[in-house]
Amino acid sequence: MSSFSPFSSIAEARRLLRSKELSPVELVEALEQRIASIDPKIGAYIERDVETAKKEAALADLSKPLGGIPIGIKDAISVAGQPLQSASRILDGYTAPYDATSVARLRASGAIPFGRMNMDEFAMGSSTENSAFHPTRNPWDLNRIPGGSSGGSAAAVAAGTALATLGSDTGGSIRQPAALCGCVGLKPTYGRISRYGLIAFASSLDQIGPLTSTVEDSALLLNAMAGKDPHDSTSLELPDEDFTAEIGRDLKGLRIGIPKEYFVDGMEPGVRSAVDAAVKQLVSLGAEPVEISLPHTEYAVAVYYIIATAEASANLARFDGVRYGRRSSEAKDLLSLYEKTRAEGFGREVKRRIILGTYVLSSGYYDAYYLRAQKVRTLIRRDFDQAFTKVDAILSPTSPETAFRLGEKTDDPLKMYLADIFTIAANLAGICGLSLPCGFSNRDGVDLPVGLQLLGRPFGESRLLRIGHAYEQSTEWHKRRPEPIS
Amino acid sequence: MSTNAPHHTIDVPYLARLARLEVTPEEVEIFGGQLGRILDHVEQMNKLDISGIEPTAHAITVFDVIREDGVTESLPKATILENAPRSANGLFVVPKVLD
Repeated sequence: MSSFSPFSSIAEARRLLRSKELSPVELVEALEQRIASIDPKIGAYIERDVETAKKEAALADLSKPLGGIPIGIKDAISVAGQPLQSASRILDGYTAPYDATSVARLRASGAIPFGRMNMDEFAMGSSTENSAFHPTRNPWDLNRIPGGSSGGSAAAVAAGTALATLGSDTGGSIRQPAALCGCVGLKPTYGRISRYGLIAFASSLDQIGPLTSTVEDSALLLNAMAGKDPHDSTSLELPDEDFTAEIGRDLKGLRIGIPKEYFVDGMEPGVRSAVDAAVKQLVSLGAEPVEISLPHTEYAVAVYYIIATAEASANLARFDGVRYGRRSSEAKDLLSLYEKTRAEGFGREVKRRIILGTYVLSSGYYDAYYLRAQKVRTLIRRDFDQAFTKVDAILSPTSPETAFRLGEKTDDPLKMYLADIFTIAANLAGICGLSLPCGFSNRDGVDLPVGLQLLGRPFGESRLLRIGHAYEQSTEWHKRRPEPIS
Repeated sequence: MSTNAPHHTIDVPYLARLARLEVTPEEVEIFGGQLGRILDHVEQMNKLDISGIEPTAHAITVFDVIREDGVTESLPKATILENAPRSANGLFVVPKVLD
């Protein structure tokens, strides 16, 4: 057991398990020990069911690709028999009656769901400050946010309190926290992984994906989860693919697009210089940089906050106090049961988005807002179609800035939304995106992780993972550990 | 920027009613200002010529997803009702709707 390093990759933990240096039950125990000593400072976990995880570990089949590997699950993804709340009070008391397909597939590959990861309520936010439970802190500086909405999932991987976790990404909610915490986050192509069992935020944008300490680990989790599911009509029937297959191949002849609209003023200087250096590194590995244009980038935030809130206002109508979760005790009739339950159960950001979504869908405004946004969405998608005729991947920072301080933006939602500029277009276009560590930026005297984003054409995950792995293995960024928790 | 009054106004109480959401006077004021400023930002979409552009509802378009119309297992009624705030006789209980 002494050989278990808390920052091990899945690949390394697998080696220890298969050589019997560590049993799956010991792995859960070692992880729990580390979580118990470190997580009180971070708050990445909402809750853990150690006994169930140990029982499942005792039965783990080590011959399977993820045999005996514990994986933290964002609180928006159903694990049968476990509480599930999307970090919202409106789901107080709710127990998931079934496994999400992604979780069922992880289990079928031998993995053990372990721990509910903190998040922004209903995945609405970029800082995990909107959790109804508690905020999560960035392992690199405990006064800073971990990003969001999958902030717990990212912080745990970065802190070495999880080997890997699942998140969901509607506008950057996997990639941005991965960037701000210094780990790897993959948003697969829309339709790659079933959304069945994921509490919906914006159904045309949501996608489940892994957060891991290495690029290879993300490929392993994608292998387990990808594929058509009869329970999700938007999941796609595609030929079986081994996402690790291209990993280890060189980058000679691959073209990397540098969108000029993504490299404008206002970016944190340390982010800019880290990403510029990453481009040079990729070139030294044989890739060819190509300047491209994504002319409709500036409209992405506007389009996103119309479409996402419209879809959210419809999806969240189901939380009405009738069939599950919380019910107000103040209700006098059915209408006040709805209104009071929702007033008590939803947090402020969720209410704000429901009202905006209701507005853009309401009679008289639908054409001016929702329909127009859907048309501009077409233009954004075309930008990417065009670009991918010329390049294999598109490179940018994941976020224009590193982690900000807790409370810094809570009173200014627009400012918070504008920081999503580099990630949200991928969700609007349905394409895949990967964020991985590419250096550090000194902000207020603290070194904070910078994320490199690689975007790929629909179903181009294998190529992205190949580029990401080659970059990662040629640098030392992924080996650096946060000091505040060591 | 956030100290200037937004150009857009938004009828928060009316929208909250549509959304079946009770809001406090404090929320009406806060949301009104914040959402007005968000709508000011969104207005930039109007610069674009979108005539003849088809709307995108789903980025990765799939058509006619059809499966066999067969009877399959669903979750047991008892499992579902376990999550209900109130139930009786195998049904969800709500306040009286008709007098």
